[in-house]
Amino acid sequence: MNFPDFRNIVATTFVAALLPLSAQAADITGAGASFPAPIYGKWAEAYQKATGNKINYQSIGSGGGIKQIVAKTVDFGASDMPLKPEELDKQGLMQFPAVIGGEVLVYNLPGIKSGEIRLTGAVLADIFLGKIVKWNDKALAELNPKVALPDQAIAVVRRSDGSGTTFIFTNYLSKVSPEWKTKVGQGTAVQWPVGLGGKGNEGVAAFVTRIPGSLGYVEFAYAKQGKLSYTLLQNAAGNFPQPDDTAFKAAAVGADWTKSAFYEILTNEPGKDAWPITGATFILVPKVSDKPAQTLESLKFFEWAYKNGSKMATELDYVPLPDALVKLIHTSWGNIKDVSGKPVWTGK
Amino acid sequence: MSSTRQGRLGDWVFFNLTRFFALFVLLMLGGTVASLVHGAWPAIERFGWGFLWSGEWNPPMERFGALIPIYGTLATSLIALIIAVPVSFGIAIFLTEMAPVWLKRPLGIAIELLAGVPSIVYGMWGLLVFSPVFANYAQPMLAATLGKLPVIGELFSGPALGIGILSAGVVLAIMTIPFIASVMRDVFDVTPPMLKESAYGLGATTWEVVWHVVLPYTKVGVIGGVMLGLGRALGETMAVTFLIGNMNVFGGFSLFLPGNSIASALANEFAEADSPIYAASLIELGLILFFITFVVLSLSKLLLMQLSRQSGRET
Repeated sequence: MNFPDFRNIVATTFVAALLPLSAQAADITGAGASFPAPIYGKWAEAYQKATGNKINYQSIGSGGGIKQIVAKTVDFGASDMPLKPEELDKQGLMQFPAVIGGEVLVYNLPGIKSGEIRLTGAVLADIFLGKIVKWNDKALAELNPKVALPDQAIAVVRRSDGSGTTFIFTNYLSKVSPEWKTKVGQGTAVQWPVGLGGKGNEGVAAFVTRIPGSLGYVEFAYAKQGKLSYTLLQNAAGNFPQPDDTAFKAAAVGADWTKSAFYEILTNEPGKDAWPITGATFILVPKVSDKPAQTLESLKFFEWAYKNGSKMATELDYVPLPDALVKLIHTSWGNIKDVSGKPVWTGK
Repeated sequence: MSSTRQGRLGDWVFFNLTRFFALFVLLMLGGTVASLVHGAWPAIERFGWGFLWSGEWNPPMERFGALIPIYGTLATSLIALIIAVPVSFGIAIFLTEMAPVWLKRPLGIAIELLAGVPSIVYGMWGLLVFSPVFANYAQPMLAATLGKLPVIGELFSGPALGIGILSAGVVLAIMTIPFIASVMRDVFDVTPPMLKESAYGLGATTWEVVWHVVLPYTKVGVIGGVMLGLGRALGETMAVTFLIGNMNVFGGFSLFLPGNSIASALANEFAEADSPIYAASLIELGLILFFITFVVLSLSKLLLMQLSRQSGRET
């Protein structure tokens, strides 16, 4: 049975109420993921100074962003999860990555310094499955012979709200643990076997700061700004890279972006320096645009951001896209047409 | 006489306008129920009554049940009432019967101010200030005392994390106390002084005056105040989200364990609910909360009717 989507109606009404504010000529409206909202905001501010064009970005969550671009109430949508190619075709959308971020495991063990604890994907999955419950478990001790691990319970901390961060994290666990894949699976929210739920990255960070023996996942920026201790994590090549810009970028370089429609989740990438839990955040625009001028303005904004926004992104602990990927994105824009079949993007 | 005719027209307009407003409330209520049922329909169709007692909440596998959030909602609200009602009662008695005049006003205003604090502030305070103290001092103490009792001890066992059903219930109690206390104070204040003074004149103690004169005279208002507090506790979202731990798997009956409440689940998961059945299940949770609130209000009305019939018989 096909009922109109209740959330859609709510979202549409809400945006309709806001429309009069954004009805001027070169005003572009976007909505979606909250993870990249700070950098989109910063880019928009700088872009307005440079060109006079205004970008309104509403940070309402990836699910809402997808709904709104499908309902065409915004000029671009933003999502932390890429849509599958068949889903894009069904909704008449195309997607491209905007910026990259990494997630780290943060812990609270007084006396053990940041970066001293090493984990593998399998051990991490067992902890989140509730099979490894103590810090001095044999599996952890074998990985960390030099660290004096305490005889203390591991308090697992995870997100309580539906989130792209959780999607990327559970996608990684599903790739490295068959048991996780069949028992729990991947999604913006899952049925966690164990653990406390904190609201947002800041909620998880607050719990980890407070509860001795805790282990949780947050976006790298939160670990860095909150000065939390983070673990190293073995990547697909068997190395233990430091989680930083280089390792996040290495994951993006190693990925095969030529696959259809940029459907790429950057977890467990093969590169030898690649950080295993990395993800890009995506922009959604209509493939056939009935408002070509607006779509073109959106693309121009991101072209400008790729060219001039790298420094701003790095300052906020996001990772700019590698140049080769930006070239691929520019090429892909050639496929966006207006209703008469003319290409919208006439740039390089 | 034109002025009376005008008056009649005015009356007619006024009557119909107020009637329209009154009916509009009913219309809104009906519309809310209809849109909730409509939005929840895919989930109602798929899970049937089993939704109410299934303890599974598994978005990737698309299997949903409401038992854990229902349990969390009722348990936290009950804890809140158990703490808040006696405390509010004490506050109200002190303010109306015992406080020196110079203290009455500042205390009363302070309580009304507390009722106006936004719930997110209670949530942040609960997470950052209350919860560590609760975990380090109150929970070990509870485990060492009540936790040793048979049967009840089960409720106070397990790791003391400061996050869980009990913590959420205690913060809810703190949030509902100003509501209940200020209503109780207002209704205690309207007890005719002649009744009280007659009782004092007969040699009654303060306690006897409160118990035998003030409370019987004001019981309708007191129950109304308690229901107002319960309504706030049932629907409270932000503060509970911060403190309940948001766990959708049943781990045991200990109140130290994390759980989830309906309002908290909605606030957490609605924005990112990606599949239609997931969204429908969340809307069905909302419908259940609506229903619980409705039942609670109906029960309180029944109780009041019972009470008024009894007092009718006594006098």
